[in-house]
Amino acid sequence: MTQAAFPVLSLIIFVPIIAAVVILFIKREQADLIRGIAIGAAAICFLLSLFVYLNYNSQVSALNENLDAAAASGENVGTQMFSEALQFEEYVPWLPELGIGYHLGVDGLSAPMVLLTGMVAVAGVLVSWKISDRTREFMAFFLLLVAGVYGVFVAIDLFLLLFFYELSIFPMYLLIATWGWVQLREYAAMKLTLYILIGSVIAMIGIIAMVLVARDYFITDAGAAVLQNAIANGWVPAQTTAFSFDMNVMTLAAENGAFSQPGYAGVDVLTFARLWFPFIFIGFAVLAGVFPFHNWSPDGHVAAPTAVSMIHAGVLMKLGAYAALRCGVQLLPEGAQVHLPWIVFLTLINVVYGAFIAFRQRDFKYVIGFSSVSHMGLVSMGFATMNMTGMTGAGLQMFSHGAMTALFFGCVGMVYDRAHTRDIPSLGGFAKVMPWVAAAFIIGGLAGMGMPGLSGFIAEFPIFQGMWEASEQISLSLGGFELTNYYSIIVIIAALGIVITAAYVLRVVSQVFFGEFNRAQYPDVDDITVRERFVLLFLGAPLILIGIAPSVMAPMLQVGMRPVLAMLGVGV
Amino acid sequence: MDLNTFISDPNLLPWLIPVGPLLAFVIISLLTNRSKLIPATSPKYGGHHPDYDGMLVPVVTDLSRVVTIVVGMSGIVAAWLISLRVISLAVGLPDFGHDVLSSSLMWMSTGETGFRMGVLVDPLTAVMLFMVPLACTMIFIYSIGYMANDPRQSRFFSMIALFAGAMLTLVVADNLLLLFIGWEVMGLCSYLLIGFWFEKESAYKAAIKAFMTTRVADMIMLLGIVYLYASVGTLNFRDIMYNPLPAAEGEHVMVVEAEAAATEEAAAEGEHAVVETWASQLGATPALILGGWGVSAASLIGIFIVIGTIGKSAQFPLHVWLPDAMEGPTPVSAMIHAAAMVSAGVYTVIRMYPLLEAGGHPHDGVFTPPLLLMAFVGAFTALFAATIAVAQNDVKKVLAYSTISQLGFMIAALGIGAYIAAAFHLITHAFFKALLFMASGAVIHGMEHGEHHVHAHAHGHEHDEPHLLPAHTAEHEGHADEHHSADIGDEEAEHGHFDPQDMLNMGGLRKTMPVTFITFLIGGLSLAGFPLITAGFWSKDEILADAWYGTTHGFGPHAFVFVLLAIAAFLTAFYTMRQLGLTFWGEPRSEAAKHANLGPGTGVVAIMMTLPLVVLAFFAIFAGFVGVHPDFPILGGLFSGAGNPFHDFVGATLINHPEGIPFNPFPVLVSFAVALGGLAVGWWMYWRVPLQAGQPDPLVSILGPIHTTLRNKYYFDELNDILFVRPSVWFARAVAYEFIDRGIIDGFLHLIARVATWIGDFIKMLNLWLIDGVGDGIPELIARTGIWFRRLQTGRVQQYMLLLALAVILIGIIFALSTGVLQAAP
Repeated sequence: MTQAAFPVLSLIIFVPIIAAVVILFIKREQADLIRGIAIGAAAICFLLSLFVYLNYNSQVSALNENLDAAAASGENVGTQMFSEALQFEEYVPWLPELGIGYHLGVDGLSAPMVLLTGMVAVAGVLVSWKISDRTREFMAFFLLLVAGVYGVFVAIDLFLLLFFYELSIFPMYLLIATWGWVQLREYAAMKLTLYILIGSVIAMIGIIAMVLVARDYFITDAGAAVLQNAIANGWVPAQTTAFSFDMNVMTLAAENGAFSQPGYAGVDVLTFARLWFPFIFIGFAVLAGVFPFHNWSPDGHVAAPTAVSMIHAGVLMKLGAYAALRCGVQLLPEGAQVHLPWIVFLTLINVVYGAFIAFRQRDFKYVIGFSSVSHMGLVSMGFATMNMTGMTGAGLQMFSHGAMTALFFGCVGMVYDRAHTRDIPSLGGFAKVMPWVAAAFIIGGLAGMGMPGLSGFIAEFPIFQGMWEASEQISLSLGGFELTNYYSIIVIIAALGIVITAAYVLRVVSQVFFGEFNRAQYPDVDDITVRERFVLLFLGAPLILIGIAPSVMAPMLQVGMRPVLAMLGVGV
Repeated sequence: MDLNTFISDPNLLPWLIPVGPLLAFVIISLLTNRSKLIPATSPKYGGHHPDYDGMLVPVVTDLSRVVTIVVGMSGIVAAWLISLRVISLAVGLPDFGHDVLSSSLMWMSTGETGFRMGVLVDPLTAVMLFMVPLACTMIFIYSIGYMANDPRQSRFFSMIALFAGAMLTLVVADNLLLLFIGWEVMGLCSYLLIGFWFEKESAYKAAIKAFMTTRVADMIMLLGIVYLYASVGTLNFRDIMYNPLPAAEGEHVMVVEAEAAATEEAAAEGEHAVVETWASQLGATPALILGGWGVSAASLIGIFIVIGTIGKSAQFPLHVWLPDAMEGPTPVSAMIHAAAMVSAGVYTVIRMYPLLEAGGHPHDGVFTPPLLLMAFVGAFTALFAATIAVAQNDVKKVLAYSTISQLGFMIAALGIGAYIAAAFHLITHAFFKALLFMASGAVIHGMEHGEHHVHAHAHGHEHDEPHLLPAHTAEHEGHADEHHSADIGDEEAEHGHFDPQDMLNMGGLRKTMPVTFITFLIGGLSLAGFPLITAGFWSKDEILADAWYGTTHGFGPHAFVFVLLAIAAFLTAFYTMRQLGLTFWGEPRSEAAKHANLGPGTGVVAIMMTLPLVVLAFFAIFAGFVGVHPDFPILGGLFSGAGNPFHDFVGATLINHPEGIPFNPFPVLVSFAVALGGLAVGWWMYWRVPLQAGQPDPLVSILGPIHTTLRNKYYFDELNDILFVRPSVWFARAVAYEFIDRGIIDGFLHLIARVATWIGDFIKMLNLWLIDGVGDGIPELIARTGIWFRRLQTGRVQQYMLLLALAVILIGIIFALSTGVLQAAP
């Protein structure tokens, strides 16, 4: 438990909130000042998150070898690994009676996510530059949304995590319902909010139940001893009591089997983890678009204004995956081992089915919307491998998809702003007038279809590899029926899903960007501005960078995944 | 690391090979691709956009055009020179094959071990390094002339430089992942280059088709790579197929660097000791899928990789993209069909051969599933594509199908274990096919030139000179005669449909384009396998010899391959002769053909376009003499006194050197017979009596409906459409989107919403009379009380005072009672 020298994570959360409040006090006519403050806040947060990313020490833990040895000998060291991986920590006992602490920190998984949020936030403010309808409110809500997203990624306390989780959904509703696409916005905003709220409420109930179960464990003699030991070793905050929302404490409880006691709810074979894992995992994964709870996402993406689509698909969906991994897999590993072998089928459906639907859309934005469903399926599939390779791939896919899809929505927005239509068949030849957008879209598309040299490939390859590696270890038993060695089949089908990705990307490229440009139909379509070029470069560069040199991110993600895998009992 | 280290260390030098073209790509795309805007109607824009009235389009400026050419050429020439240097260094190694040039660096740490990327120059790579940069350089030179009038020449050069860079990366890669990167980047380049003239619908459709078809195969190949990596923890070629296993146990020990010492020990044990490598071990491991049916892991991985090659090297049934790929500029066709892309597919299976073979031994008649797959697919494709090529009239389509057919030869050769022969044919084919494509490009260029010439003069003699009419294309074949009478004198139809690639419009080009003719002839004869003096003969003969050797031992696949390839070779000779006859022999069958040429003989275009032809023609003849069987009468002693040079050189790539087969005159005689026979039949039909203008192809009447089937490529595209494309589209729309997504999932959601709304309405009703009754009652009560109170507020001070006093007393009493003050009072 090392406190950070200065509260950089708190700054990352509170700078946008303060900026949002300040913006509300500015006169509505001073739109440029409002924009300036918004971009300033976003840029500061980006720089801070870059600072966090660059200063995150991936060579963490001098204890690495000891931990490895301990893990190999069968000892569970998840909590220790997790607390080792956390950096830039801040801890204030906030409401000790309720077990709530203001505990922030980043590990190898959240540091890239924080960076991604920073990038997309800057890009989002820049593409919303021309919004003239209630600029003030738009920017304020947008910054609030960003603050919420940051909060989830840096929260180590489960209460804080849920708090920020809800905080990021609420502005989303207003942003879509107010500034969205007129034809769909109310429906889509309502659909989105309901889906995510219901999912998160279920997950929240699960988490409260989890905290209570953990408390019951820690007030036993054995549990108290474990807790005292952890406090003495500095794995959990010193002020921790038996009743705590702290993630380290939950990890400690999970590690010592508090959630795997048979006889939960009066059923002999049931444990807490087995019963609650699907609710918590899927409850959060709704936001990651897991089938069949994905339908909020394409509608939401399409209805939202460009910047909101970007942050929505680029970052918010990662929020779901992140929370599902943190609260689901990490805290309920036994449940993960029981349930992920069937959840993998849902992820497969996501991958293939999303791609198929994207292929048939006429609306440019729906194509991207469904492509997100497909790509996020790969993330959950990576989780389902439950090994280091697949998990690393999932992490890379989260970052890669975030940048890529934000780039996509940026491109769509730029075309739509000028052509005022998103109907694919009636567009054409835009590569001639908007070469930058065409190039950016093609790069994004290539990343999406897993072209080597771009980040998508680096993400897909480990996921597929993880699936092969897991194939022999994982089996699914349903009653008397045992299914073994089916991950290899799933990965083959998923790979063919990626082929369809290529099909819809090429279809869009050929119909929107290639072919003849009709000047009579689009008299005032012109090239994009420097500001927009910057957005494209800003989001496109990491795709290439990670594709060529994955070592800028992969080792860090592995540090983040190690505790999760240790919890799963996989030697890492 | 500074550049000097790279140059002075032979192990590091191969890194620099792909750098030149890749750098050229970056420089051209970012710096020299400067354009100016000109009206689309300007003749400078090459007439690409008739519909763009009034719009400005970007056209490369002359300066940037020149700089582009200089940068691009420097890149590829640098790659060529470095390659030659690397080859000479490599050949100078004492035991080349066992010793190789290699170096690698840590790229990414996945799981426990890191993934190392590196370069490797072993004999197979060295051979490829001889062919690829040379052919690429020729293609670059040729492009200077071919694309001289294209408004986007810079873009072309940047892409083709990337293409060459990717191919060279693939060749020097020391692991399957880097190879795959080059492979995919090439796929991307082919997409961009086939669709280079993206205003043409047919061009970008062909580009999409090429990309998608190869993409399906690529993903399957990627699965093979992933499976391989997951099972052995390395993708390094040497670690998998050459270096012995460090640990005797079969557990999943990760090998990063195989111990050089161990290799030497194994070598010391003698040639015949079977060395246990990852490949042979995988050959003994059952596969994850189908393992129960006796498929080994190596075979399953092998099948995946072979499928990748089937896509990339355009084998049946994934060959459909390659003929359409002719929509790209001709240098691209040469690049795709000869030097780079399709060769990459064959190169990869040659490279992975020990893995494909693991657990079997084709020379003893023991075949593994991937080998069988290759033998059957390859032989079938060789024949299948050759039959289609017979009936094509497009000069480039004939070559496209001949490429598919020749690649089939190589794949089939590999399938029956003729490792060396496959590599040999790969090299010779690359030379003569690059030559043929570029020569056909020159023909097309000449025809276009002729057509412009005709146009320029058309005003003068439009009506007094009856035009010689082209025999019309495919669709009209059956009704050729009626159409002809209708078309006579119809200027518009002639110019509207003029196809500079249609061989029926050509004829007699030998007179106006003599250099092209001679080089085309050399390439054609080499393709046909004209005995003894052409390269194609020697490599094809070696394949047949291998196949015959197995046949004599009674191995079914060998016999199958031998028969099919012999027939295919006959057809090859025939269609080559047909093509040569239709194009160059006889009299011109159109005005354009009469005036076809490459401009003045000293012009840049003419020189740039013929020089590469001459260079490649040299190799199309002489490249074959490196692989003559030592026992071949006379020539064997002359060229292969100390053993077959090519065989010994490339054979050293494998840990178990492939044994040579004894010389047998029978396959040689068959080679003679099919080549000369095919050429003779072709001569008899197309040279003896050259085709006249308007006369249908004699094959039409001979073959009848079969010809129509062949012309339409066995209706394979249509079949694909019905079998795959339409069902997926239907599935995507009808089932996935409308039925499941919008129907079931959203339907369910909407049902819930409706039920919720209904419940809401119900509650609202309830609300109205029950809760609202109460709710409304409360405010009403309050209101009435208010009125009552208001009456109290009469505004009279005395009454207020009274009220105040009452209130104070009341509060005082309550206070007193509650605190017990009252009780305490006396």
